[in-house]
Amino acid sequence: MTEHLVQLGYLGAAGLFILSLMWMSRVETARRGVRAAELGMLLAVVGTLIRHEIVNYELIALAFLVGSAIGVPLAYLMPMTAIPQRTAISHAFGALATGLIGTAEYYRLAAGGVASGSVIVIALMFEMALGFLTFTASLMAFGKLQELMPTRPITFRGQRIVNLGIFLATIVLGAVIAAMPDNISLFPAFAALSLMFGFLLIVPIGGADMPTVIALLNAYAGLAASAMGFALGNKLLVITGALDGSSGFILAVIMCKAMNRSFVNVLFGGFGQIQQSGGTQEKRSVRASAPDEAALTLDGVQTLVVIPGYGMAVAQAQHKIHDLFQQMTGRGISVKFAIHPVAGRMPGHMNVLLAEANIPYDNLVEMEDINPEMPTVDVALVVGANDVVNPAARDDPKSVIAGMPIIEADRARSVMVVKRGMSPGFAGIDNELYYLDKTQMLFGDAKEFVGAMVKELNSDAA
Amino acid sequence: MQLDETLLYVFMLAGFLGFQLIKRVSPLLHSPLMSLTNAISAIAVVGAISIAGEAGATPLARILGFLAITASVINLVGGYLITDRMLKMFKKREAKR
Repeated sequence: MTEHLVQLGYLGAAGLFILSLMWMSRVETARRGVRAAELGMLLAVVGTLIRHEIVNYELIALAFLVGSAIGVPLAYLMPMTAIPQRTAISHAFGALATGLIGTAEYYRLAAGGVASGSVIVIALMFEMALGFLTFTASLMAFGKLQELMPTRPITFRGQRIVNLGIFLATIVLGAVIAAMPDNISLFPAFAALSLMFGFLLIVPIGGADMPTVIALLNAYAGLAASAMGFALGNKLLVITGALDGSSGFILAVIMCKAMNRSFVNVLFGGFGQIQQSGGTQEKRSVRASAPDEAALTLDGVQTLVVIPGYGMAVAQAQHKIHDLFQQMTGRGISVKFAIHPVAGRMPGHMNVLLAEANIPYDNLVEMEDINPEMPTVDVALVVGANDVVNPAARDDPKSVIAGMPIIEADRARSVMVVKRGMSPGFAGIDNELYYLDKTQMLFGDAKEFVGAMVKELNSDAA
Repeated sequence: MQLDETLLYVFMLAGFLGFQLIKRVSPLLHSPLMSLTNAISAIAVVGAISIAGEAGATPLARILGFLAITASVINLVGGYLITDRMLKMFKKREAKR
């Protein structure tokens, strides 16, 4: 009887998770989606707790307390600019849980004498491999995003061979254990290899590729949960894992498309190392403007498009951008924000920051929708973005970023670029946009510069 | 043990459904979407509870289960709270006065 009730609870939970993703499609219903997912989780947890095999409630309660004590501050104290890191560390915890559950289950089965090559053990091997590698990979991603380690890709000679070797060794060892599950002495080596593989996977990946990588890790975490479902014969886990897995893969594919690169290229490319040019680069001049000059230009415009990038997040400039937005819209000027899919360090990063700064989401426009409008735009204001507005991607078939879709800031009537200096972006290449006659370079910290500009505009208005 | 094929069917159908649902999510919401799916993947807590709470659990299973519950709960609680915190910030343009 109880078992039927539990299964019904799981069924309800699966249905709620599906509804939740459906409601996530639009802002108006998204919060309902979160409620549905919470309710689904509650059903699943309560359902599991009332199973009659469960006896050790004190331990479970204690674990819930400890977990909440860490999880709640993590959610409330992290600034919005740190959302990518938080997501990465959260992936790490989820993946660790999956790996540990697999481990406990494996030892239990090995002690009980399980048949060689049984589906359960194979599923467990998948679960543990994915869980462990996602754990270390997410920790590494966290380290790079939090800048605890260099965000530039780290490459060394023979890196791909080493990675491939470890990958194959993990698979072979996993297969051997699945064939001889009683031989527990091999298990620690398997776990170590999986952990090492996850670590090495992220070593060659640079900061700007993080959106793709985080999405992929999301997918792996989902697949690990599905594999656990196969091992435990639990349909709820299989469904939830499949939903998460497809979500992660879709986002990763969207990110790859937005950079015109393949998965393989992102994972093994070592993209974004500073290119050693042959010293032929001549010093080219740019037009630099001070805040008051920039404000003067902004004074007479009808339409303004702001193109934010990761630099805006680093400088925490979103609130000053909001002041500018207020000032300009107050004068009846149309202000839009053009969001490139890979701007920032995770999918949708810029949208969250601008929403945090109280910019209405109807003013956030996707790349494909803004590009046809660009020739009629008076000023394109680029804040902390670089490669995603580089016309070389469109015009120069030999460029490393050739074919990457860009926001066509260069087609606007005039361009302003807020930037700390002339250093190249992630792709390590120069940006023609900066040398156009219609471009003003606004050198300085984005937050201070935009703040100074707003002050000028204010005094003009007064 | 034989493979329970229904699980494969379930996996395939849920995968397809996931693709269809996620494709329709506005890029505006990709960050909250990711943190929500991250929170949902804490469903692993179900497995962790079974491992830690079972009557016949070995000390090793209890320790691993305890750690696994803790880790999933961090993921779960943090994921839901931050998703909601993000979504609360998305506001429509105010009506013109």
